[in-house]
Amino acid sequence: MFAAVRRWFDERLDLDDLTAPLRHKTVPSHRLSYWYFLGGITLFLFVIQVLTGILLLLYYRPGANEAFGSVQYIMTRVRFGWLVRSIHSWSANLMIFTAFAHMFSVLFLKAYRKPRELTWVSGVLLLFLVMGFGFSGYLLPWNTLAFFATKVGTEITGQVPIVGKPMMIFLRGGEDVTGATLTRFFGFHVAVLPGIATLLLLVHLLLVQRLGMSIPPKLEVQWTADPSAKREMKFFPNFLLRELMAWYVALGVLGALAAVFPWNLGVKADPFVSAPAGIKPEWYFLFMFQTLKLIPSKVWFIDGEVLGVIAFGLVGLLWLLLPFFESDQPSHMKRWITGLSVFALAYVAGMSVYGLLAK
Amino acid sequence: MAFLRNKLRPFSAAHVGLAGFVVFAACLGCGQSYGQSYGQTKNTCLDCHSTLPDPLGVSQEKFSQDIHAQKGLTCASCHGGDPTSDDADKAMSPKAGWKGKIDRKQIPQLCGSCHSDPAYIRQFNPSLRTDQLDQYRTSVHGKRFATGDTKVAVCTDCHSVHDLRAPSDLRSTVNPVNVANTCARCHADASYMKGYSIPTDQFAKYSISVHHEALAVRGDLSAPTCSTCHGNHGAAPPGVDKVQNVCSNCHAFQAQMYEKSTHKKAFESASLPGCVVCHSNHGIRHPTDAMLGTGPDARCMRCHAPGDRCDQARAALLSNLRRLDEANKSADSVLRVAESSGMEVSEARLGQDQARDSLTKARVTIHSFRTDLVDQDIQAGLKIAAQNLQAGKDAMVERNYRRLGFGISVVAIGLVLAGLRLYIKKIES
Repeated sequence: MFAAVRRWFDERLDLDDLTAPLRHKTVPSHRLSYWYFLGGITLFLFVIQVLTGILLLLYYRPGANEAFGSVQYIMTRVRFGWLVRSIHSWSANLMIFTAFAHMFSVLFLKAYRKPRELTWVSGVLLLFLVMGFGFSGYLLPWNTLAFFATKVGTEITGQVPIVGKPMMIFLRGGEDVTGATLTRFFGFHVAVLPGIATLLLLVHLLLVQRLGMSIPPKLEVQWTADPSAKREMKFFPNFLLRELMAWYVALGVLGALAAVFPWNLGVKADPFVSAPAGIKPEWYFLFMFQTLKLIPSKVWFIDGEVLGVIAFGLVGLLWLLLPFFESDQPSHMKRWITGLSVFALAYVAGMSVYGLLAK
Repeated sequence: MAFLRNKLRPFSAAHVGLAGFVVFAACLGCGQSYGQSYGQTKNTCLDCHSTLPDPLGVSQEKFSQDIHAQKGLTCASCHGGDPTSDDADKAMSPKAGWKGKIDRKQIPQLCGSCHSDPAYIRQFNPSLRTDQLDQYRTSVHGKRFATGDTKVAVCTDCHSVHDLRAPSDLRSTVNPVNVANTCARCHADASYMKGYSIPTDQFAKYSISVHHEALAVRGDLSAPTCSTCHGNHGAAPPGVDKVQNVCSNCHAFQAQMYEKSTHKKAFESASLPGCVVCHSNHGIRHPTDAMLGTGPDARCMRCHAPGDRCDQARAALLSNLRRLDEANKSADSVLRVAESSGMEVSEARLGQDQARDSLTKARVTIHSFRTDLVDQDIQAGLKIAAQNLQAGKDAMVERNYRRLGFGISVVAIGLVLAGLRLYIKKIES
């Protein structure tokens, strides 16, 4: 039966020709090959996000008066609604975590260097988008924490020189965070960001397929000197089956988190009450939030927050363009970039923990 | 300084010169004039008096806090004299209307000369009442004062003098948070109150009361202090038969229930002071269900005999209250565990507020002393608590179901992983 169906398609589409690249594609095999799975896991979690997001859309109602109630309805009345929402929320957090881990693995394995500069650029842009997904999605349940976190977050946007204020008003749909902000964020979360992310993801995947997996510089030098030492495995089925195993593990972790720690709903947002004490953003914004808190209110003649926002903007731009500062020779890698990477990882992790523990 | 105090007390013209000399000498030492610090009126009095010790001394800082000074009044507004003159003799000459130290007997009348004049007061604060003096005359303080008892409180005893602040100022002696302390200065002083035949333990009792806790600890400015029940300028005990009228100003529902109860008639006929019979007055503690019991906090059994009809009703009331309390605690406990397990039980948690409200309402209805009315509230609360308890139990069942499902998923995922591993091994061998 299966053979008959395959033959039917093969006669019309020439399946062998179509799947030839898959059969011929290979993946370098070495002791650091496990890091290659991170991109695939992030992709898997993105697919989970899309699927659970579509299911949530069946019941979610955007609007200051309805959003909280509809999420509460999903959590309490809809069959497996709690599971869908919990998986959506947990996979969003895991996806951001794996995206960060993927980025740092690419950084430390020097996989961003020529000819993969565009893969890096598209990847960093995807990371920014994923954080945008997190920021916009956080408000959608319209609970107290989300409301005030959005208020603080959009206020920080307002600190950007010249365009900050109009940008803040555009994001909020007015001067304050209101129901108009919620509908905007909903639009960004389910239409604008997914559209851009899908396009960028296709470009990113296409570049990965086109350029293949990068080999760490030291190994590349060794394998160039001694081609017989080169180790590879077939992408299909060997690598893909291993990737599948990683996806199953990710699925197990997601299931555990959703079953044992269902995502909290919180208390419905009330714009007229004061912000809860010690309010903090989601963990992936903590390092920036904590940095802004530590900057003095005035640095020379510049407002501290403005300085922080400008600094983060410049660092983000530098990060995006990092491959263009790197040497294209595996034997001449720039040490300062490795140093910067170690510092960035330590800074992000350290500040996040500090922000988490700080009162 | 004792010399000065004694000499200046009568404020006879013969002594003014000497006092003026002392003041003048002090002025030379001072070398600085605060005279024009307040408003537009020149006030040279403080030039000297700010350097004098008590009781003649009034510091510039102290007087600047006084609401009268802030409104532009000077020393002369009360003490007379000419505050614009730099010559102490002229400033404090009887010719200039100088009155010297105000005789205690004149204080209410002096304050009333402005505070009973609506046209005058309107210039400063149109909403300020002007009946304080009239009210004072009706108070126990005022009545005794009229008979020549100068130990009783006059305006300055409560409001202070020279640094008198608006009652809304937290530092004012008559701000709600400070009133009890102000009254206690006299009423808690056994030696001062000797001869008045009234207790002096009111402040000690009030300090451990639920009202004091609300006001001083929780900062609830609507909680009662001395003047809330006794009045301020017209201060007097509420009277045995009128106590419930005072309490009902805040405890309206309890009062409504009590008004229709059999106890009201019984207490009135026995000349018992209503609410005070069970709750006491100054030392009112937070009421508990134990008041309906038979233990040390029991109230009913002070009058009722064990086993009589009322005792049976008391036992039924207590049993019902405890039943609802226990039901609420059980529901809360299950819901708390469910919530800490990540289950969404916010609706039931919110519903528990209604169940607790029913218990509060039942405790209020107790004041009707009718078991049938209390039972209505109890039954309503029990129904809500039972629903919420069931919601909590359902949530726990759901939690266990989820965990079982997760366990099965883990086994399934483990099997797939093992299968994949074996398959990879097979194709690579």
